[in-house]
This record gives sequence, C-alpha cells and structure tokens, in this order.
Amino acid sequence: MLVVACVKQVPDTTQVKIDPETGTLIREGVPFIINPFDTHALEECLRLKDEYGFRVAAISMGPPNTEVTLRKTLALGVDRAILLSDRVFGGADTLATSMVIAEAVKRLAQEEEVAMVICGKQTIDGDTAQVGPGIASRCGYSQLTLVDQIKSVDVDARKMVVRRKLEGRYEIVEAALPAVLTVVREINRPRYPTVPMRLKAEEAEVVLWDNKVMQLDETAIGLKGSPTQVRRIFSPERVKGEILGDGMNEPGEAARLLVDTLVSKDIVSP
Amino acid sequence: MNPVSDMGAAGFLIFWGLTALAAGIFIVRGYQLVQYIYLGRNVGESKLTLGTIIGAIWHLILQQCQFKNVRRKDWSGLGHSFMVWGFLCFVIYYFLFIVIASGFGIAETMENNAFYVIWCWVTDIIAPFIVIGVIWAVIRRYIGKPARLKGQLTWEAIFILMTVIIHPITHVGKIATQIAAGHAPAGLGLATPPISTAVSNMYAGLTSLEASHAFWFWSHWVFVLLVLAIIGYTRYLHVVAAIINDVLQPKTKNMVERIDLKDRATFGVSRVDGFSRKQLLDVYACVVCGYCQENCPANLTDKPLNPLLIISDIKTNLMTNGPALLKKQSPSLGLIGDGGEGTISEDAIWACTTCGACMEVCPVYIEHIPKIVDMRRELVQVQAKFPEELLNLFENTEQRSNPWGIAPSDRDKWAANIDAQPFEEGKTEYLFYVGCAGAFDSRERQVSLAIARVLDAAGISWGILGRDEACCGDSLRRLGNEYVYDQLVKQNLATFKERGVKKIITECPHCYTTLKNDYRQYGAELEVIHHTELINRLLTEGRLKLNGTGGDLGNVVFHDSCYLGRHNDIYEAPRQALAAATGRAPIEMERHHNRAFCCGAGGGRMWMEESTGKRINIVRVEEALEKDPETICVCCPYCMVMFEDGLKDMDADDRVKVLDLAEIVAARLK
Repeated sequence: MLVVACVKQVPDTTQVKIDPETGTLIREGVPFIINPFDTHALEECLRLKDEYGFRVAAISMGPPNTEVTLRKTLALGVDRAILLSDRVFGGADTLATSMVIAEAVKRLAQEEEVAMVICGKQTIDGDTAQVGPGIASRCGYSQLTLVDQIKSVDVDARKMVVRRKLEGRYEIVEAALPAVLTVVREINRPRYPTVPMRLKAEEAEVVLWDNKVMQLDETAIGLKGSPTQVRRIFSPERVKGEILGDGMNEPGEAARLLVDTLVSKDIVSP
Repeated sequence: MNPVSDMGAAGFLIFWGLTALAAGIFIVRGYQLVQYIYLGRNVGESKLTLGTIIGAIWHLILQQCQFKNVRRKDWSGLGHSFMVWGFLCFVIYYFLFIVIASGFGIAETMENNAFYVIWCWVTDIIAPFIVIGVIWAVIRRYIGKPARLKGQLTWEAIFILMTVIIHPITHVGKIATQIAAGHAPAGLGLATPPISTAVSNMYAGLTSLEASHAFWFWSHWVFVLLVLAIIGYTRYLHVVAAIINDVLQPKTKNMVERIDLKDRATFGVSRVDGFSRKQLLDVYACVVCGYCQENCPANLTDKPLNPLLIISDIKTNLMTNGPALLKKQSPSLGLIGDGGEGTISEDAIWACTTCGACMEVCPVYIEHIPKIVDMRRELVQVQAKFPEELLNLFENTEQRSNPWGIAPSDRDKWAANIDAQPFEEGKTEYLFYVGCAGAFDSRERQVSLAIARVLDAAGISWGILGRDEACCGDSLRRLGNEYVYDQLVKQNLATFKERGVKKIITECPHCYTTLKNDYRQYGAELEVIHHTELINRLLTEGRLKLNGTGGDLGNVVFHDSCYLGRHNDIYEAPRQALAAATGRAPIEMERHHNRAFCCGAGGGRMWMEESTGKRINIVRVEEALEKDPETICVCCPYCMVMFEDGLKDMDADDRVKVLDLAEIVAARLK
C-alpha cells in the first residue's frame, strides 16, 4: 500500500522582503525550502513506512526547480518522487491546485492502493489550509484535519484512529481508509538525512508529470480554473508606539506602567 | 668464567633456546599487532620520508629522552627519565652481552677491550638511578596515589616496575661476582666500575663465586628475555609504539581527516577497522598515564567521557575483534555501544568539547579528538542519530548558513551605524571575517564594532562580505557533519576566490582555526590572523596609540580560548596586548596557557544542553572568581557567552564584567 506525502516548495519567509514600490514579493535570490508543516507530513509518512511497511510517494506541484525539494524528500527515504509541473498548472488557486493533486493521487491509486494522503495543515506562503481538504473531497477520501497523533492503523479493516488538536481540546476520530490527513507540527520531529541517502537521492529519478501525462481539461486547472486571484500583496504599515517609561534605569516603575497601560487598553486582563 | 660455556653444549642450548623463544614471541606478537594496524584505513596521512625522519630525530631526542616529561607538575617524568636513559644504555650493553655470553668462544676478546669496560662503567653508574626511578614510581603510585592514576594501579603496573628494578640489580650482582672472582672486565688498564667493585667486596673470601655469578648471570638474562617476550602484551608496548607515533604525528595540530564524500567507507567510523592506521597505532602507544583524564573538562565535571577510556576501549575492541576481522568476518563487539569495556557510549562521544587538553598533555602524541569526530561522523552522517538540539543547528546552518537560522541578509546589520566597506580587491586589503556570532549575537556585535574601531584607528584597510559571508563550518565539522561543512567550505572559498580575498582578520578563534588550518585541506592558501594577534602587532609597531582613559577595569583575569591557545599556540599575543592596554600583566587563573580549562562551548557543545554533572562554565567561572577579578578578558564569542551565563548563574554579573580584548583596547584609543 502507498502513503502519499504532499509537499510544497515555498520561499524561505524569513528572507522574503516586499518591494516597497511595487508592493510585490522580491523573489530574487530568496532560497526555497520545504513548507515546514509538510516536513512533518513527510516524516509521518516515513514513520508509517517504518512501522507498517507502506511505500511512500512524495508529490509536489510547482515550477521545474521544485525538483530540488523533491530530491530532499528522496534523501529522507521516499520511494517515489513525482513533480507536477506544467505551464498550464501555473497561477492556480487552492481549488485548481487540489484538483491537479487529486488527479495525481487517483493516477497513483490505479497502480497501487493508496492508504493515506498526508499534507501539512497549511503552507507558510498561502496560509489557506484548503488544499488538503480539497484533495480529500475530490478523491472522495476521509478527511482528517489538524492531526497531532495517529493512534492506530488497521490495514485489514481499512480503518484508522487519529487525534485532532483543536482549540482547547482534543478529538479522537475513527475514519475509513483511504484518508487525507493534514498534520500539525506537534505530530513528530522530522528526521535528518544521512549522507548515503543524500548521495542516493542525487542519482534517483524525480518523475515529471506534466499535462501530457495528466491529460486534464485546461479550463479546470491553472489560472483559468481558478475562481480566486491575488490582486495585491503588501505589508501592513507599522506604527511606532511611544516610549512610556525608562526601563533602563527604573525597570520596576517601567514594568508597572507597562502592565497598567496594557490593562487599561484591554489588551490583557488582570 | 662464563656460565654458558662452562656448562658446555647444554649451556649453549639453554642460552640460545631461551633467547630464541623470547625473540620468537616478540616477533610473532609484533607481527599480529602490525596486522591489526593494517586492518585500518590507509589514508596516506603520514608518509615516512627521509625528510620527515630527519626532522623527527631531533624531536625524538627531546621527547623520548624525556626532556619534555621531566617538567610535569608532579615530577613523575624525572623518575621515568631515569628508567628511559637506563634502558637505552642497557639496550646497547645487551648487544655486547650476547657476544660474550653466546658461547662462541670470543668472550675473552670482548671482555678485555676498552669499549666494553667503558660501557660497564656507564651501566654501573646508571644502575642506581634506575633503582631510584622505580622506587620513586612506587612511592608516587602506591603511596601518593594521584587521581590521574585512579583505576590504573594494577598488578600489571607493579609487575612491570619489578621487571625494571631487577635489571640493574642483577647486572651489578653479575659484574660484582666477576670482579670478586678476579675476572673483572679489563682493557687498557682501566679501573673496574665503582659500584660493582664496592659490591664485590661483600663477596670477598667466598668460595662459591662461580655459582653466585651463574645465579646473577642467568637471572639477569631471563628477566631481559621476559621483558622482550611481554612487550607486545603489556604497556611495555609504548616503548616501541610511542616512538613510531611521535614520528608519524600530523603536521597540523588537532586536525581531523578530510573525507571523500563519494567513498562510503569514510563517512564515519562504526567499527574499529574504520579508523585510519595512525589512529590504531595511537592505542598501542597509550601507557595509561592518565594525564588526559586529569585535564579533560568533561571528565572533571562528571560527564560520561574519559579520554583515557576512549583509547583503552578502542584497544580492547581491536584486540577482541582483531582475529575475526583478519578473517574478513564481522566484529563481535560493537564500537559504539553501551559504554561497557571495549565499547564507547554515545553520551561519551557527544560530551567532548574538542578543547584539546588531552592531546596537549599526552606524552605519546595520541590524537583523541579525531577519533571522537570519526565516531560523531558515523552517528550524524550514517545513522542520523544525535542529540535533538542539533537538528536546528544543522538545518539552520545548511539553509541559512548560520546557527540561529537568521536571514543572511541581516549579516551586515551589526555595521548599520558605521562606515563598513564591502570587501573589494585592490580597494581593501583585509577581509574582516566577522563570523556568525559577531554578526548576529547582540553582545558579540559590540566586539565586532570594537574591532572595527581599532582597525580604523590603526589605518588598516578592511572590508566585509556582508550577506555573502557564510558560516565557516567549525561547529558542524567538530560535530561530525562533514557533508554540510564541505558545502560551506566550498561556498566560502568560491566567494574568496571571486572577490580576491587573500588576507583575513577573524573575530572568533573557531573561524580562525577553521579558515587557517582546516581550509588548507581544500588547497586554500589564506593569510589568516586573529584580531588579538593583529591588535598586539599594531600596538608593538606603534600604530595604535592608547591613553588609558577607558575607565578602571580593576583586577583583570585572562581566559585562554582553546582554539587560540592549544589549537594554534597563541598564548602571548593577547596577554601582551592586554598588558599594554591596562598597564599591567593580566592575572592568571590556576589553570592557564596550554593547561587552561575550557569554557565548555567548543566542539559544538555551544548548541547542546549540558544536563549531566557540573556545568563546565560554572567550574571555570568559579576558578576565575578565586582571583577576585572585576573584569574577565576573553578572546572568543563562545567564551563570552559561557562566562556571562556563568556569572549570571552565580549572581556575580553585577560585580564582574566580561570583555573581549578588542573592547578593552577600543575603549582606550586616543
């Protein structure tokens, strides 16, 4: 059986600057990383491989240089890496994106039974948290979001139990396989690639699935298939506050002043 | 009067039979030990050439004749030097002795020439010194019981000392009985050796002199042969191995091997035969003197690391697995394991600060650090098994080329308010390689600014690389992550080449040693200077003028950085500069110069928790506080952090401040 890790290559947000004149992201020279939430999704797939012997496929949709990111997943122990890349996939919103990925999962399922698809709960560049659920509904799989623990997997009965981390509470859920999971950071600690695996990954193949392979209706994908479009990206203007007290020389007094101010503005409650 | 020929054919057979047996055991065991060494990897690190041998001879005389060891604090080396010199004299004597005793009938000729008599004088005079040496050793070991010999007061040790003391005693007995019987060694009318002559008076009037002589003769030779036979089985082995180890020691101090990242066998050491041959020779040379454990910061603060046990466990492992490995079978005893005899625990491997104290004091030039790094490489690069704190360090350094994962574009922020030029070939002479701490750590940024002020005051032309500067890779290399270190080296060297960098000033001793020594393995020929060296040079040349108005620092205690001191032998430059700046020599802590105690942050320990035993930085801060300082002067960003944290933990940060030498000098600029 196969588990599929969905990973996205994102710009390293600590290094992203916004051009103050055009209001757009300065992408030049900004290195790309694996979306941090996705590293946990990938790790969970690899743990399932270690425990149940599943095979692991990593899928990523993005420009051709996404191959670098997929190669990193190979270094961590992924069995197949599939790059969904084509000009017609570009400019996609979450609907069009989940459409392409769901079709890719279905293609994989034709070759080998898919047990799970695991995504990070959201990406650090888009922050929508919609693609995972989108894949689940388009594939018709169980949808398990915000998972922080896989409690058990019953392969024979095609069932699994997970814990979901919600605001102030946990929820234990049983679901039928196949399932799409989106995971939170707390679920695991990602592993570190060994050098032999890194070298193996350098040689391994990242399979390209473009639209010649996928054969999707071009009006349902990419920019054309995206009902939402980004109009503008800009940084909120930050207003510098005033200095209330002298924290260097009168720290006690300054702290009291700070607390009083925060309470009076209802920012914290006493 | 010859105990061998007097017995006729039987004597001949016994003498040569015993001699051949002992020599046979020595050779067979020796061959086995050499075979075990050849199980190791051939890295061609130390080739024996005429040049290296000649260069080493002077060193051998200095070292093997014990001039270095004599100066140790507990004077153990003095007694040992008596034994070494005595042994060397006796070795020469034994060649003469074999001719005399061999039963070939040339004894008379040999016994009656001047050289033999002179040599009998030499051995005669040195004999009591050997006895004194052994008695001194027994007193020191078994009555003084120094901490460094804890667990080493074994039967083997006392037995070896007994075999040493028997030699001069039986030798004198042998010559004395000869003299008493009127068969003294005689040539050209030389007098008989004095001590033997005095002892011979005790035999005056005895009739059974032949039997007494035979007793001393045979007991002497049997013990000589016994020693020959057991050399390969006991710590006597150091007599041979230490000499070879000395000749083969690497040219650069404390250097780890550059590995071939295409050759899996070099990624890390998980089995004893993964070590290089020189590393295996090391374990034969060890004489379990315990100086290393006495100086190890990890061992002294109750961490599960003892450098002496690292070496003896590797030896045990090699001896246990040797026979199987020679047959190309798998080893039965793992190298990295639970820390039981012959195995080394992961906790021990991670506890090392690579301060180099063990290697500095080792009398036989054993390289502890490269072995530990070899095993760390196995854990990191092959098994991906390491303390979890290191994951962030590894990923941050790989992705953003600094340990904290701060955006590289912030690398020149420390210089936002000063006029720092980008390095440009032809326009700027020196690259100021600020390093990660100097660029990102808020406290250490003050040191970067101080260095910039000093450089400007001296009219030095300097520039920075800003975001193009990548981490030097020191921590990664010492932690065994050679793969990412390799990427950083290549990235930095490409930048240096492209920008025409040839002369570099470093703020951090770790950057200093890495750029200067480690990068040389990549063919880099860089002129690297640490800021303390440069400041001292500028002061000496009169290019920096100080006026002493930087406020009173009170008592200033100086702390040696391991990577400046032990790793690069820079001890005096910072002290001289400090003396010039403050008007008086700095106060020394109890342990200083090459015996200085580590701050606890080297070898990647900066990025790891220290949860076992006492904290190393606290021990060092306590040592500093004994001198009642108002200021502690450091030269390294790691030492800065460790001292400031330690002082805070001990509630002493309000009365003692930590300053880098550059800050002290910058505050006194005219």
